[in-house]
Amino acid sequence: MTQLLASASVESVAPGAVPTPPRRGRLRRRGRLIAIAFVLPALAVNLLVIGGPTVSSIIYSFTDWNGITVPEFVGLDNWVRLLGDDTFWNALGHNFIYLLIFLTAPMAMGLVGAFMLSRIRRGAALFRVLFFIPYLLVSVINAQIWRNLLDPELGIASVLRGMGIHWLDDVYFFADKDLALYSVAFVDNWHFWGFLVVLFLAAMQGIDASQYEAARIDGANAWQEFRHVVLPGIRPTLTFALTIIAIGALLVYDYPFILTAGGPAGSSDVASLLVNRTAFVSREAGYASTMALALSLLGGVFLIFFNILRRREEEN
Amino acid sequence: MSALTAIRARRERSVERPPGGLGRTPVSYAVLVILGLFAFLPVLVLLFNSLKTSLELGTNPLGPPSSLDFSNFVEAWTRGSMARGLGNSAILVAGTILGTWLCAGSAAYALARLDLPFKRGVETYLFVIISLPVQMFIVPLFFLWVRLGLINTLFGLIVIYVALNTPFSVLLLRTFLVGIPRELDEAARLDGANELQVATRVILPLSWPGFLTVGLVSGLGAYSELMFAVTFLLDPAQMPGATSFLQFSQGFTQLYNLVNAAGVIIVLPLIILFLLMQRRFIAGLATGGTKG
Repeated sequence: MTQLLASASVESVAPGAVPTPPRRGRLRRRGRLIAIAFVLPALAVNLLVIGGPTVSSIIYSFTDWNGITVPEFVGLDNWVRLLGDDTFWNALGHNFIYLLIFLTAPMAMGLVGAFMLSRIRRGAALFRVLFFIPYLLVSVINAQIWRNLLDPELGIASVLRGMGIHWLDDVYFFADKDLALYSVAFVDNWHFWGFLVVLFLAAMQGIDASQYEAARIDGANAWQEFRHVVLPGIRPTLTFALTIIAIGALLVYDYPFILTAGGPAGSSDVASLLVNRTAFVSREAGYASTMALALSLLGGVFLIFFNILRRREEEN
Repeated sequence: MSALTAIRARRERSVERPPGGLGRTPVSYAVLVILGLFAFLPVLVLLFNSLKTSLELGTNPLGPPSSLDFSNFVEAWTRGSMARGLGNSAILVAGTILGTWLCAGSAAYALARLDLPFKRGVETYLFVIISLPVQMFIVPLFFLWVRLGLINTLFGLIVIYVALNTPFSVLLLRTFLVGIPRELDEAARLDGANELQVATRVILPLSWPGFLTVGLVSGLGAYSELMFAVTFLLDPAQMPGATSFLQFSQGFTQLYNLVNAAGVIIVLPLIILFLLMQRRFIAGLATGGTKG
């Protein structure tokens, strides 16, 4: 503040002159106007894209609206419909399966990968790059890689067949309604876990070296060291990882969209796909807003839950 | 100054981290090799198959190619209209980076160094916006974009990307700008520098790592983003590389040599950039890393 005043006075007031109180007030106002002007572009873009549509989304969730004509207020009709909508609950159920998968496989792989990386010296940088590449690649390419590998005629199945193993003959990973959801989650996991390695590794490197030494003097083996030094040491990062996994699983869109589009017969449908289909294909924008709002509220519940978890940790 | 020494101290400590103990490392290496193969072999197959002829693909579906055949790349480039797709991607990436720098940079400057009223309010708004899921606003936004004539335009998509990137970028850049000691700009002003010179000659050179990270994260996001790109751009002439690749791959299923070649072209810029500036990439993605 004082420095801004100083700079303004360099321009407008002769050096050494003491500004009178009203003049100081005007300068202060000018400084504030400049500051507001600096924030204006960011604020305008945000209100246009995020703030405004968020508020109207809440309003539209109580209307019957096709996106073009004037919305018609219908009270709680959309919410009542949502409660009895099997398509929605089917999709949301898949989000929770997705969540369970992501809370286990990538978490375990990320923790193991990071712990092993923290224990070696030579080659650590190389492994880190290898693990990270799938996270870096574009989702459409990752999907293409696994469409190729899991192709019943031109993928792993045909290599096994050449070796006389017929386990994967006629297994259509993305077209079988019992496998589609898990196959999609698998590809998404393959893309994601390397990010957790990098995240956990950074946290593990922040643990005080004396704690490791103390554990070693006590004769701890690798598992005990992991259990009693590493896990407690990276707890805030674990909570952070759980948060982004929970939100990510609730809102997942990319891999189901690319690989199965929710099919076959809704067996890999997820909530975000359904929201966009309802809004942009069926043109039921009002009802889609209701779905989206329900989804966002659930996401909010997750955020609050993990926030409480984090606070409790900080208190300990 | 103190921030710098703190960073340096942390870096030194991480270099001196405890060695693994000799007897334990073979197990670590074994696990790491398995995980490394799991991560990388599939990517290698993408590359292998992009170099095969259709004939070889049938007899040798996953192994290394018997000869290097680059004709797939030529064919994918023309049949997949990749010049157009990557051109659109370049516009999207450049527009998003510049827009984010401008919006987030100026807002962060005001928050960190100017006398902005309602500072706390602006910061709270940013935190709320960051935790909003896109589903919360995508439906009304689509129909707003239809009405404003921004649908099917790269400019409309750039505005969305800038809005999505700005909140976290403001918070990131603010920490960089707050860390610069005020004595520096006061000294520059005493030497007769005006406000613009202070911003560009003193502040910018000291905060460029923050701007680089913001540019990297938002540019990478614009290059790979899917949901808004497939929803808001329906005309193939406007599609960026990633979404036109998706169309191409759905039109040529099982022609893995051809489609994989297109895929290699799409990821090549990413891989090169990553290998050139690995550390910043990882730091940047860890900062903005909420992508599922």
